[in-house]
Amino acid sequence: MTFETWLRADRLPHIWCSGCSNGTILNCTLTAVDDLGLDPDRTVFVGGIGCSSRSVGYVATDSLHTTHGRALAFATGVKLADPTLNVLVFTGDGDLAAIGGNHFIHSCRRNIDLTVVCMNNLIYGMTGGQGSPTTPPGALSTTTPYGASEPAFDLAQLAVAAGANYVARWTSYHVRELERAIRAGIETPGLSFIEVRASCPTNYGRRNRLRDVTDQIEIFRTRSMLKAKYDRLVAAGSPVPPDAIVVGEFVRRANPVMGVPP
Amino acid sequence: MALEIMEGSIAIAQAVRRCRPQVVAAYPITPQTHIVEALAEIVANGELSADYITVESEFSALSACEGAVAAGSRAYSATTSQGLALMFEVCFNMAGMRLPLVMTIANRAMGAPLSIWNDQQDSIALRDAGWLQLYAEDNQEAVDLHYIGYRVAEDHRVLLPVMVCFDGFVLSHTYEPVDMLTQEEVDAYLPPFVPKFMLDAKNPVSMGMYATPDYYPEFRYETDLAQKRALEVIREAGREFGEQFGRDYSALVESYRMDDAETAIIAMGSICGTTKEAVDEMRDAGKRVGLVRLRTFRPFPTEDLREALSGVSRVAVLDRNVSLGAGGTVHRGAVVLEVKDALYGEPIPVLDYVIGLGGRDVRIEDIKRVVELCEAGDGDRFYGLRTEVL
Ligand SMILES: Cc1ncc(C[n+]2csc(CCOP(=O)(O)OP(=O)(O)O)c2C)c(N)n1
Ligand code: SF4
Repeated sequence: MTFETWLRADRLPHIWCSGCSNGTILNCTLTAVDDLGLDPDRTVFVGGIGCSSRSVGYVATDSLHTTHGRALAFATGVKLADPTLNVLVFTGDGDLAAIGGNHFIHSCRRNIDLTVVCMNNLIYGMTGGQGSPTTPPGALSTTTPYGASEPAFDLAQLAVAAGANYVARWTSYHVRELERAIRAGIETPGLSFIEVRASCPTNYGRRNRLRDVTDQIEIFRTRSMLKAKYDRLVAAGSPVPPDAIVVGEFVRRANPVMGVPP
Repeated sequence: MALEIMEGSIAIAQAVRRCRPQVVAAYPITPQTHIVEALAEIVANGELSADYITVESEFSALSACEGAVAAGSRAYSATTSQGLALMFEVCFNMAGMRLPLVMTIANRAMGAPLSIWNDQQDSIALRDAGWLQLYAEDNQEAVDLHYIGYRVAEDHRVLLPVMVCFDGFVLSHTYEPVDMLTQEEVDAYLPPFVPKFMLDAKNPVSMGMYATPDYYPEFRYETDLAQKRALEVIREAGREFGEQFGRDYSALVESYRMDDAETAIIAMGSICGTTKEAVDEMRDAGKRVGLVRLRTFRPFPTEDLREALSGVSRVAVLDRNVSLGAGGTVHRGAVVLEVKDALYGEPIPVLDYVIGLGGRDVRIEDIKRVVELCEAGDGDRFYGLRTEVL
């Protein structure tokens, strides 16, 4: 099998804009589940609402396209009803951290056995580019026309602090690393959170001098800093570039979990 | 009067600016987004002295507004569909605390299945929450109802929040000529908010406390009385608006070509524009038909409607919502139930047509077909379904 056997070809073409990284991230996820040999009949994809969450409609397994922000709550129900299922969640920064923020921290706290892939494009893409809780200070959006003034969430750190057993961050440029992280996430019992910095040329790029897709990818390539290096710099008291995107594995641990077969 | 061609959402945002809310809190949702994006920009440009809060959900949006009003500010929010559903708890809470607000609803269907298109199921579902509900036919009316809405909401005889409902996309994204009042004109019509009760450390009050069974029903009774009083307050505010600006909104129901009408169509919102065209064509063809348009759904203008319908032989209601399970074995929306209640005891057949759900287009020929069906006594049904489900 390849990732393509997991794609619901009759649903194509997809809704995503050209240059959107959601397709890349979907492919990485499907490659990961395929590499692990998961049974499509025992695998469920759950999404909220958003361009990212829409991914679940393109997967050739059972999928639940739920309400905005609630993917993790629905997924918790699915997983507890049948803990033998593999349950994966596609979500966005708005879906997960704004309207669904409460479910996010509590799912991590319970450490329920889900694999959550968050396509963090720093914006509400689907509704036309309003600022989200991950929009960086100073970034332009339709609701922050002179630059966001509020601090942004670090989603990976939030998941670590809230108790998830596996946390990693990569970007849509790092396809191999991302595939490996999703595989590790699926294999780690408990809540696995994989944040993927994603590109939204239409609604983020356009307003933030990243209209050209390659410019965004270049940023992912050049500004990403491995977690290990970041930790070394911090330990040595050396300066860290403020725009560094810290990527890599943030935590892999074996704390008690919920939702695995007895 | 200077007419400007504007997108409905932008006109609403400009009207809200002129109402001078001090707090604006909203979460984006299609098709409301253009309103709140425009307001975010207006505030950022310093054209409105307000705090615009980019809250994390509709639940927070309305909660923040409720807090702001409790603290004595004029506040504003806008939403639709799923967003309004998420506000359900706060809606009841706000009306129960008698805190006035104007919130725009860009009416949209409820999921599942997911639909971003227009019908009126969202606001209708909050029928019993205690909010006044006003429905606009076009963007001029939608704009004006915001000024009137604040006047009525903040009137001490009412003190209830108001939903100004206008059809998503059909109005929100449509460019129409609109007469935007000047700031001075709005200031002359809409005085600053004078709270009857507010949070004040020097004079402490507790809002929203526990009511035992000994007191709870009285709170509900008082709130219902406020709804009744709102009937007259809306008429008054609408009349004064007409005196000042020439557009009279004193009527809670609008009768269109109802003289000598045998068949009356009843509807709310933008569908009434199409219906008026259809009525004109049917009148030209010699049919005695007219439209009664409801501008207020809460409070329901029972007496006004009875009067408007005196003399008709039959009534066709266009319901852009469905009350699932209502009507026994037939299909009914929420509006027809009110109409039947208003006409109880009258020997006038009232038939319902659940129509235009989830953005299904309603054309002039559909309205004409509804009238034919009504004349034939065939109603209380969905109109225009795909044949494969029948
Ligand atoms: C209760 C509710 N509020 C608002 C919306 C409108 N809405 C749909 S998607 C979305 C934001 C999506 O942002 P994100 O989750 O970051 O996903 P993206 O589209 O950027 O991938 C919003 C606000 C909704 N569907 N439901
Ligand atoms: S709006 Fe942004 S996130 Fe949505 S499909 Fe387009 S590029 Fe992707």
